[in-house]
Amino acid sequence: MASEKVKTFTDANFGEEVKNGVVLVDFWATWCAPCRRIAPIVEQLADEFDGKLTVAKVDIDENPMTPSKFMVRGIPTLLLFKDGDLKETIVGLETKDRLTQVINKHL
Amino acid sequence: MSIVSTEPALKDAALRNIERQVIVIGSGPAGLTAALYAARANLTPLVIEGIEAGGQLMLTTMVENWPGHRDGIMGPDLMTELRAQAERFGAEIIQGDVSSVDLSQRPFTLKVDNASYLAHALIVATGASAKWLDLGVDKKLSGRGVSTCATCDGFFFKGLPVAVIGGGDTAMEEAIYLSKLATRVTVIHRREALRASKVMQDKAMSSPNIDFIWNTEVVDIKDLAQGKVTSLVLRDVNSGKTSELAVDGVFIGIGHVPNTALFKGQLALHDNGYLKTHDGARTSVRGVFAAGDVQDHVYRQAVTAAGSGCMAAIDAERFLSGTLHEDSLHSTIVS
Repeated sequence: MASEKVKTFTDANFGEEVKNGVVLVDFWATWCAPCRRIAPIVEQLADEFDGKLTVAKVDIDENPMTPSKFMVRGIPTLLLFKDGDLKETIVGLETKDRLTQVINKHL
Repeated sequence: MSIVSTEPALKDAALRNIERQVIVIGSGPAGLTAALYAARANLTPLVIEGIEAGGQLMLTTMVENWPGHRDGIMGPDLMTELRAQAERFGAEIIQGDVSSVDLSQRPFTLKVDNASYLAHALIVATGASAKWLDLGVDKKLSGRGVSTCATCDGFFFKGLPVAVIGGGDTAMEEAIYLSKLATRVTVIHRREALRASKVMQDKAMSSPNIDFIWNTEVVDIKDLAQGKVTSLVLRDVNSGKTSELAVDGVFIGIGHVPNTALFKGQLALHDNGYLKTHDGARTSVRGVFAAGDVQDHVYRQAVTAAGSGCMAAIDAERFLSGTLHEDSLHSTIVS
């Protein structure tokens, strides 16, 4: 039940995509087991915050430049941007409740 | 639909008082085996999988000591199979992390996000999580070069030097995995011999790019100011002399801590934090059973976890049907 609301960002469009509004980006890879655990939570957040928050994923295998730029050295990592500025870095697994609180701080 | 304020969620919770014969907390080999057995006993168990769903095996690669797989099986694949097997017989598995429990009366109450669950019998299989160093700086640099999961984060250290801290099987598995990616893997161990199994020791020792530093502790990780790992400060435990080792990543494999915080003050614990069990899978509260690493600080194997999960489910089933033999210990432990 992949949410259609979760976008896919790439190295090519990343800077442009996070420029406006509040954007949550999930850095992941196909081989990362914990990433599979957080993926459904990220999808639920995309549905629940629809219209207020942009939610996107970046596959780090295909897009090595963006994780390197933001010093992502472990996945899953979630980055939250507001109008282009990095506001939050969430490393590892978190509950949906806790992520909801973090997002609400910036809306 | 959008949830912004917490109010609608709270209102919703009042409506969601889900009651089950058996609830299992945790979804590693212990929890899922308990669910499989409880499901086959027609108890339609509910599994609350927890934030580390699938347990520690989800972070491993090849598991070579799970009986019945002569060529080994990938940890995540094993958990996918076990999960599907439990579901096939009617176990229901839900996402979520239990935030509190009330074991003072039956049915027991569990809170997950804002919902409440009621269980007539409870199986605790919350497992154990990777232990950190207690330096403070290690958690601050988590995801910035400090990791407890080589299979998750090794990717970022291709062609770079890394260190592994610890001397057990977890540390050796991390070192072996990382040796295929990193230029050099330095294992730092505070004793002069490994605790790891012979097979793992041999594999690590024979790898050309794994080095060992013995009798040495990590006392600091640099560099917090730069927001990334640049080096480790080491101290020889015998001489007290300190030195510095330049690395880009450090993987911590110093063991695990049982996930028992939820049960403090409600279930009897050993001094080391593990749950006390007796007469099979019984805890200090009637109707609450425990299985897997949360109650096992000795064996800690996938297969022993699964075995104790089976025991917990059988005990729970007998408890619910009133055929569990009462034991002498209960009267002394239950206050």
